[in-house]
Amino acid sequence: MLDAARNYLNSLLLTELFRGMSLTGAYLFKRKFTVQYPEEKAPISPRFRGLHALRRYPNGEERCIACKLCEATCPALAITIEAEPRADGSRRTTRYDIDLFKCIYCGFCEESCPVDSIVETGIYEYHFENRGENIMTKDKLLAIGDKYEADIAAARKADAEYR
Amino acid sequence: MMELWSALPTPVQSVIAITAIILPLLAAVAWYTYAERKVIGYIQVRIGPNRVGWRGLLQPIADALKLLMKEIVLPTKASTGLFLLAPMIAIAPALAAWAVIPFDAGLVLADINAGLLYVLALTSLGVYGVIIAGWASNSKYAFLGAMRAAAQIVAYEIAMGFALVGVLVAAGSLNLSAIVEAQSGSVLTWFWLPLLPLFGVYYISGVAETNRAPFDVAEGESEIVAGFHVDYSGMAFAIFFLAEYANMILIAMLTALLFFGGWLSPFQGLPVLEETFAWVPGIIWLLLKTFFFMFVFLWLRATFPRYRYDQIMRLGWKVFIPITIAWILVVALAVILEVPPWWSAPA
Amino acid sequence: MGFEKFLFYIFAAITVFAAGMVVTRRNPVHSVLYLVLAFVSSAALWILIEAEFLGIVLVLVYVGAVMVLFLFVVMMLDIDIASIRAQFIRNLPLGLFVAGVMVLNMLLILGPSNFGLEQFAKPDPRPAGYSNTAELGLDLYTTYLYQFEIAAVILLVAIIAAIRLTLRRRPETKYQDPSQQVRVRKGPSRVRLISMPPERTPRPVPVAPAPAATNDNKETAE
Repeated sequence: MLDAARNYLNSLLLTELFRGMSLTGAYLFKRKFTVQYPEEKAPISPRFRGLHALRRYPNGEERCIACKLCEATCPALAITIEAEPRADGSRRTTRYDIDLFKCIYCGFCEESCPVDSIVETGIYEYHFENRGENIMTKDKLLAIGDKYEADIAAARKADAEYR
Repeated sequence: MMELWSALPTPVQSVIAITAIILPLLAAVAWYTYAERKVIGYIQVRIGPNRVGWRGLLQPIADALKLLMKEIVLPTKASTGLFLLAPMIAIAPALAAWAVIPFDAGLVLADINAGLLYVLALTSLGVYGVIIAGWASNSKYAFLGAMRAAAQIVAYEIAMGFALVGVLVAAGSLNLSAIVEAQSGSVLTWFWLPLLPLFGVYYISGVAETNRAPFDVAEGESEIVAGFHVDYSGMAFAIFFLAEYANMILIAMLTALLFFGGWLSPFQGLPVLEETFAWVPGIIWLLLKTFFFMFVFLWLRATFPRYRYDQIMRLGWKVFIPITIAWILVVALAVILEVPPWWSAPA
Repeated sequence: MGFEKFLFYIFAAITVFAAGMVVTRRNPVHSVLYLVLAFVSSAALWILIEAEFLGIVLVLVYVGAVMVLFLFVVMMLDIDIASIRAQFIRNLPLGLFVAGVMVLNMLLILGPSNFGLEQFAKPDPRPAGYSNTAELGLDLYTTYLYQFEIAAVILLVAIIAAIRLTLRRRPETKYQDPSQQVRVRKGPSRVRLISMPPERTPRPVPVAPAPAATNDNKETAE
């Protein structure tokens, strides 16, 4: 009975609402956490899964041996590979396409790769301006790998002991 | 200067006066949207827009330009005439209501006797914009939003009307300037104290009437996408936006006028402070009070989750209306018994 | 005076036009909106004859509340316009006859002999401080108090009747009671904590030896 009266009075005086508003009011003056993006960037993990790249060995030979494990494991069916023996008899890809519209950035291709060829880099700022640019061809992937090899290698090394 | 003014023909005077009200109002609306994003950002430990101009101050202009350039999409099966008419019906009463708002003693466009009723009548017209928009869009989400808005606004209009009845019983006039004058004395003679429950009901009903969070089921972006303005784009959408914010500013200013002494200085009746602040023009006090209530609108939005629809209806019909009726009786008795300090007979 | 007369003709023309559209539009929603327009312009006419209180109340009550609900209902209804039009043609002669009789009646009573300009003297100009709200209130609550109360009682009866008609609990529909929901507080009224010993279900012991592995796999695959 007394409880009911107290609850009634509480709801009539809006006490709970005022408690809520004092809480948000206090947050108005808290220090802000916003990261000013183009100038400041949030740190990313070495395991970050961003844009894809194909790596080469230090001697310039491409790592990919066209085993098609990545194509098989890709849950989004984003990878298309065609392969045939090269002039020197080694098995290489003639086509290695990743459709970035299909890709879900799960990282399974990277996990499955026996030669650490296909990797996901820390690059997350990219865009397409024309239809068709969403298909990453072998050339484009190798170019990214060449350009960012130092970053890629450093990230692999930092994460090596947990793999 | 005054001679020049009185030499002008009346229609010209009116046009100048209307422009002097509407232009600052539209500017206030534009930067109110900026203030909303900033305040809500700060409450959510973010900093809000800060890219366009110094600290993002030009953001509203950028938004307005963007909306102006956009195409107004006309849905194929929409009722075209009504679809385009709806935003105009929404904004017209929101702007017309400002005609009777007194900004200072004597500083009012139309000092009509039934000012309070006029404001009430015009705010009740705003719902047509919402309903027509929802119906003319020929979309089920828009229609649901319109139905919700109609039921909600009709329900809360009654509570709001009763709260205003309390004010006019207390002031003995329907004229807004007279209502403000009736509150003069000191902070304690302003109507917020004797009419405290009515003040609460009025302000909360005002929030509900403008379809603002936590009463924004008419828009309810998580349930019915955007409610009545789902199909509006570009400037047509912007006009709904303008109308909503103009109504919010109107409610805030009416709250300041009716319950917080309008342009009266808060230091009235205090020995030293009254003289110290005597130089401040009344309009500054009114604007400060208005800004506070505008801020509370944003504060409420940042604090409370959306009401469920049946809870809104219960609050309006079963809580607010009984409270206001009971308090009107109390106020009427107090006026008859001449309870000091508010209604003591003039010496 | 000229400007006022001009305004009068404008608003009168809008009122007549809107009223005509109300009965001729096919779409009921359009009809209702024209009715709203007719109300608003007649409110403007009332304001022109210095009845600003009545004009504003007309907008407030009829346009702001009654017509909103009306529109609400009309929008929800799915009115079959074709069948209504069929009825329209069939009942046209009767309708015209009734309308003619009504016009005749109105002419007899409201004709120039009773309501002509010469029957009514021009009212005296009002003093500056004249408030027709106050005058109306005084009249309503002194001279016409009895009629006013009767009207109030009739409305009250209508409200009670409407509520009684809708107040029926059907067993198959489920209701939520918000007043009960908001009364819920943290603590014993909401959650009951009980302590009980942990339950141990004995693991089923396989009676027969497990079937061949291949069969087993097939079953799980299914």
